[in-house]
Amino acid sequence: MAQLFHTSANMIARLSLLAVVLGAGGGLTALLTVAKSPYNTQQNMPVDQPVPFSHKHHVKGLGIDCLHCHTSVEQGAIAGIPPTKTCMTCHSQIWTEAPMLEPVRESFRTNESLEWVRVHDLPDYVYFNHSIHVNKGIGCVTCHGRVDEMPLMMKANTLQMSWCMDCHWHPEANLRPRSEITNMTWAPPADPDERLALAQRLVEEYNVQSKVSCSVCHR
Amino acid sequence: MATQVHPLEDAVIGPNQNNTTITEKISDIVLGKDAPLFWYIGVLAGLSLAGGIAHGAAWLVLKGTGVWGLNIPVGWGFAIINFVWWIGIGHAGTLISAILLLFRQDWRTSINRFAEAMTLFAVSCAGLFPLLHVGRPWLAFWLMPYQNTMNVWPQFRSPLVWDVFAVTTYATVSALFWYTGLVPDLATMRDRAKTKVVRRIYGIFALGWRGSARHWERYESVYLILAGISTPLVVSVHTVVSFDFAVSVIPGWHATLFPPYFVAGAIYSGFAMVLTLAIPVRHFYKLHDFITMRHIENMAKITLATGLVVFYGYMTELFFGWYSANEYEQYMVMNRISGPYWYMYWTLIFCNGLTPQLLWFRKIRRNLVLLFVISLVVNVGMWLERFVIVVTSLHRDFLPSSWGMYFPTFWDIILYLGTIGQFVLLFFLFLRFVPMIAMFEMKHLVHKSEQVKQG
Repeated sequence: MAQLFHTSANMIARLSLLAVVLGAGGGLTALLTVAKSPYNTQQNMPVDQPVPFSHKHHVKGLGIDCLHCHTSVEQGAIAGIPPTKTCMTCHSQIWTEAPMLEPVRESFRTNESLEWVRVHDLPDYVYFNHSIHVNKGIGCVTCHGRVDEMPLMMKANTLQMSWCMDCHWHPEANLRPRSEITNMTWAPPADPDERLALAQRLVEEYNVQSKVSCSVCHR
Repeated sequence: MATQVHPLEDAVIGPNQNNTTITEKISDIVLGKDAPLFWYIGVLAGLSLAGGIAHGAAWLVLKGTGVWGLNIPVGWGFAIINFVWWIGIGHAGTLISAILLLFRQDWRTSINRFAEAMTLFAVSCAGLFPLLHVGRPWLAFWLMPYQNTMNVWPQFRSPLVWDVFAVTTYATVSALFWYTGLVPDLATMRDRAKTKVVRRIYGIFALGWRGSARHWERYESVYLILAGISTPLVVSVHTVVSFDFAVSVIPGWHATLFPPYFVAGAIYSGFAMVLTLAIPVRHFYKLHDFITMRHIENMAKITLATGLVVFYGYMTELFFGWYSANEYEQYMVMNRISGPYWYMYWTLIFCNGLTPQLLWFRKIRRNLVLLFVISLVVNVGMWLERFVIVVTSLHRDFLPSSWGMYFPTFWDIILYLGTIGQFVLLFFLFLRFVPMIAMFEMKHLVHKSEQVKQG
């Protein structure tokens, strides 16, 4: 009887075994890598807005504090997007003719809100509360990054749950005095002993706890 | 067996079979040009029932698990009942192929191939239910531990996670075991096939088997190792399934009895299903020389033995309900017997307590029609057992203000019937495309019985 398969079939069979192992392993690794990459998380990718508002210019250049616009961050779940009126306190006086600001003026005239594109968008099943974080000594920059160096707003962190959990397991590493919450350049003491002492003091003073139960964030 | 009436009927293989007749008879079922009419009827019936899965699953995914009859207090309904039922059925296949092999029981030979196939198909039906019950099956991979973006692992203290490991291991090992046992026969199919395409297809799956001494030597060791790996699975898989219940604190579930009771129930229902399949297959394909009365009777005996263990389990449940001196356990027992689901309980006792007692009688064990009916009754009984365990314990637990009733909806039923269809369909496809009896093992039996004859 003639041979059913060419002798190369042996090699093909062996290679296909190898391909299955490598393919499965490589495929899984690729998937996990893509899941954590900026391609998926949109980390460090500037987002187009109706008005190209520059945090860099307003925070670093002009020295406006975060709380000037995001007024509810200390009391509420959301930090708050300022009403057009807040923009117009200055922009009714300066740059009144700038074409870039026309949507702001139009919003003010028509009483229709500007539709900003949300950059830090958590899934709906996550109940995030700004006030608890701010009051326990977590600074704006810890999650939002150097906003004062962003001409256009972008995510500095992945906002994936693993990133949340890193801090929720060990919150003491990211604490700062409440007075420094909006400070973009504050750094903990360089001396390790001092840093530890500060962390311990803040943990005690603000009663900071590691909260890792599901129902803390998913109700 | 000293009291044999018909010594020839009790052989594991008919008297006039030799190597050639075995190969011809079994491989012709697959390689024959046309399938018999009943095969087409079976495939069509399976296919149309299996459509229920597509229908039921699509609606479930669109609307959510609310389309099922589930609600608090009964959050576990048909999905778990059917899952446990199907998984249990699979166990006979593993027992026949692994444990009976290690104990060198000759009579396993002609039934192991399709009993293992039955295991695979039953596990595939079982697996559907938890996947669909999670509500979003496309996220079911979250059940697996992997380095995810959430920095969380599955809850390793939960028996539901153990279940994932138990069932995936079971499915993998069963598939490997079945396929390994198939390889020499696939080579026979390759050599006997008439057209080049068919020869090549079987040739690919035969993995270059030439039947050399070295091949056989390797085959025997691998097969024995796989049998060794499968053996603990016969006990462990359903033990873990029983932990889904026993590790909780619900009255009627929280019992140390559960693991052995579940394992016995699994083997009991599995053998009943093997009988349900073997009796018609033997009749329609005229396999009387291969599946002899010895096989049928032995299976009936195992069904009886495991049935008695299961019945003992029911009695123990009643006893410990009373003996616990615990108000809730005692109420659970009374509620099973005389509560709103009393008819389920008493039908269960009829099916699993009384019916198997008929198998004490040799006449009944050898009456194929009666045995077929009994095997069906047992299958129904084992389904009812899971219904009684799941529903009667949940629907009235500690807090009377939250008592309720559970009734399946159309979508529960269509999905259940769908899996039966899938099972039937896969089994008929198996009968047509794979040699349903291990030819080379049967030849081994011929060889052995010739040695016996020569003295």
